[in-house]
Amino acid sequence: MLFFSYFKDLVGQEVTVELKNDLAIRGTLHSVDQYLNIKLENTKVVDQDKYPHMLSVRNCFIRGSVVRYVQLPKDGVDVDLLHDAARREARGG
Amino acid sequence: MSVEEDATVREPLDLIRLSIEERIYVKLRSDRELRGKLHAFDQHLNMILGDVEEVITTVEIDDETYEEIVRTTKRTLPFLFVRGDGVILVSPPLRTT
Repeated sequence: MLFFSYFKDLVGQEVTVELKNDLAIRGTLHSVDQYLNIKLENTKVVDQDKYPHMLSVRNCFIRGSVVRYVQLPKDGVDVDLLHDAARREARGG
Repeated sequence: MSVEEDATVREPLDLIRLSIEERIYVKLRSDRELRGKLHAFDQHLNMILGDVEEVITTVEIDDETYEEIVRTTKRTLPFLFVRGDGVILVSPPLRTT
């Protein structure tokens, strides 16, 4: 739940999603769900010459499981709140 | 508003909890390693790291000599969410370099 809440607070900001197949997509975070599936708007593939697949795609839905990284704005959220939330996060169980 | 946090270390995830706000080393799948400041994590080992250095290791084999050439690619990222299913291990940084 922690990262679901974190991403909800980040909606509207520009992020770069790097997928497990090495494709990187930059766009505005439109929405996220409990599986950390991501919807991006105004998307642009980072290395367009290398990955011409999505030249005309402007909005996309990304399955959470194919994400490797999400590059985030450093000042997106209060870092101290993140630290507190992580410390409180219930154990795996 | 007082928040009570259990300081007892009971299970492996508690060990990671001790490293919040500290720099850590993360070994990932696909021969990748990260070093950065741990800001948050969850039971899936999803993490948020700050001031991250990523190292990707590749081994090339020379066609003629068959020698193995080990190359590393590095890059730095200011703030990164890492999905937990790619994580192999988490540790305090190993100072070998």
